Amino acid sequence: MLFVAPALALIAAFLVFPALWTLYLGVLKYDLAGSNAAAPQFVGLGNYRDALTDPRFANSLLLTVAFVGLSAVLGQNVLGFLLAAVLRDAASWVRGVVNAVVLLAWILPGTVVVFLWQALLDRGGGTLNALLGTPGAAWTLDHPLATIVAFNIWRGTAFSMLLYSAALGAVPRSQLETARTYGAGPLRTLRDVVLPHIRGHVLTNTLLITLWTFNDFAPYMLTGGGPDHRSETLPVYVYRTSIEGGALGYGSAISLIMLIVNLAIALFYLRLLRRRSA
Amino acid sequence: MSAPAVLARRAMARVGLYVFVGLVLVFFALPLVWLVTTPFARTPSYRVPAPSFTLHNFRILWDNPYAVRSIGNSLVLAGGTAVLAVVFAGTAAYALSRVRLPGRDAVLYAVLLLSSIVTGTAAMVPIFLMLFQLDLIDNRLALVLVLTGGLLPSAMFILKDFMDTVPRSYEESARVFGASPFQILRHVVAPVVRPGLATIAVWAVVQVWGNFLLPYILLHDPAKQPAAVIMYTFYDEGGQPNFALISTFSLLYSVPVVLCYLVVNRRYGFRFQGGIKG
Repeated sequence: MLFVAPALALIAAFLVFPALWTLYLGVLKYDLAGSNAAAPQFVGLGNYRDALTDPRFANSLLLTVAFVGLSAVLGQNVLGFLLAAVLRDAASWVRGVVNAVVLLAWILPGTVVVFLWQALLDRGGGTLNALLGTPGAAWTLDHPLATIVAFNIWRGTAFSMLLYSAALGAVPRSQLETARTYGAGPLRTLRDVVLPHIRGHVLTNTLLITLWTFNDFAPYMLTGGGPDHRSETLPVYVYRTSIEGGALGYGSAISLIMLIVNLAIALFYLRLLRRRSA
Repeated sequence: MSAPAVLARRAMARVGLYVFVGLVLVFFALPLVWLVTTPFARTPSYRVPAPSFTLHNFRILWDNPYAVRSIGNSLVLAGGTAVLAVVFAGTAAYALSRVRLPGRDAVLYAVLLLSSIVTGTAAMVPIFLMLFQLDLIDNRLALVLVLTGGLLPSAMFILKDFMDTVPRSYEESARVFGASPFQILRHVVAPVVRPGLATIAVWAVVQVWGNFLLPYILLHDPAKQPAAVIMYTFYDEGGQPNFALISTFSLLYSVPVVLCYLVVNRRYGFRFQGGIKG
């Protein structure tokens, strides 16, 4: 018992309690400063009603769906798979070089990576403008969503690539050769030979990267949620309304919505894991 | 299809493949160019510099009191969290591995589920408010405990697998000689599961080293902030980024994670590791 106590105490204090407290804070009108700071008022589902009628919340939710869908479910997933498939038969030095840069993008500290992207996209001396011959193009201002999508694909593809490399290793070569002998094209081979073997991996990968991207705070560091809320995903929205703006009750209501989405994704994932181990 | 046509198609496919790999390589390498060139540039800016070499920028870095101290702060946070995570997760995993309780696995799955739901982003409001009300903002020990709490479930989960592999006969013979449970854990079990403990320690260090959000909202005193947060203060009075400082600091701050990765890679061979994200 003594052995388990410290771990359970920390988990209770910093995981269980915050989750439950969010539930409670979400029904209060509670601000960091002002009259609602000293005496929070009970407003029932008022915060949730406010959120559902707030166009800024709707905008944020939509942006989050687009961000997760485009950068994780499509971007990281497809690019990661293609890289794993292509590198399987590539010369070993090609594989080494590609692996190195893709992994580097994944392991460097977030703050550093954000500055690297500022240098890439900068209006005046940015590398991208220099290469494309488009001096003065303000990528982060004109295309904020595309910016955070491209950024997140760059940042996270390594995970999918590693997972799919391992998964593809389990597809029997003999079956691939049989498919080739019968003249099956790459698309048919993919559908009839490869996919049945790696279906579980595709699902696992998609769920994990969805969970991580949904909770990713990097868009705040890259664009601050702007301009004009155009890259304000849910984590950024919560930060700006509650920590910056001090609306703790309202922010908790949004947080609870995030917790529920996380719960749904995680439960789905756990069911998968258990079914496979059973 | 005639033989030359098949050959031509294969050649086209090969060319297409190389173009694809080339484009991917450019996409991933482009932002990294700035990181390795700018620290040595005579006039550092967002522009990737023309070849020139100077170590003057490192002098500026060395003379900045906050920069050097923040690396120390990062080390304290990462080291503290790693030690607590290894000790608490180790003891808990050992106990859970040895005790036969009905529903033990359910508890493990439940805490694992909890940690993937209650992420730093989704729980930033309650965690910030809890430490704010307890007057623990700017308290580094509190931050270490929060960080440890978030990492413990995964750490316990991974370590329990390692503990399960330790033969019980070792412990029984130690017990015959009158060793206490703590002595058995420290002198008999820990040496056997050392690779597992090392994995958890490295993983915790990498996680904390790059973490931005939690230190950002919980530490407001620049003298206590870690590297991830301090970089945002490297601007002069006019709001212009201090490129000499930012570029050299980025490099210095990135080197440890890259080294960590290389060491792990060399010792254990970088195979795909469950849900471990660096």
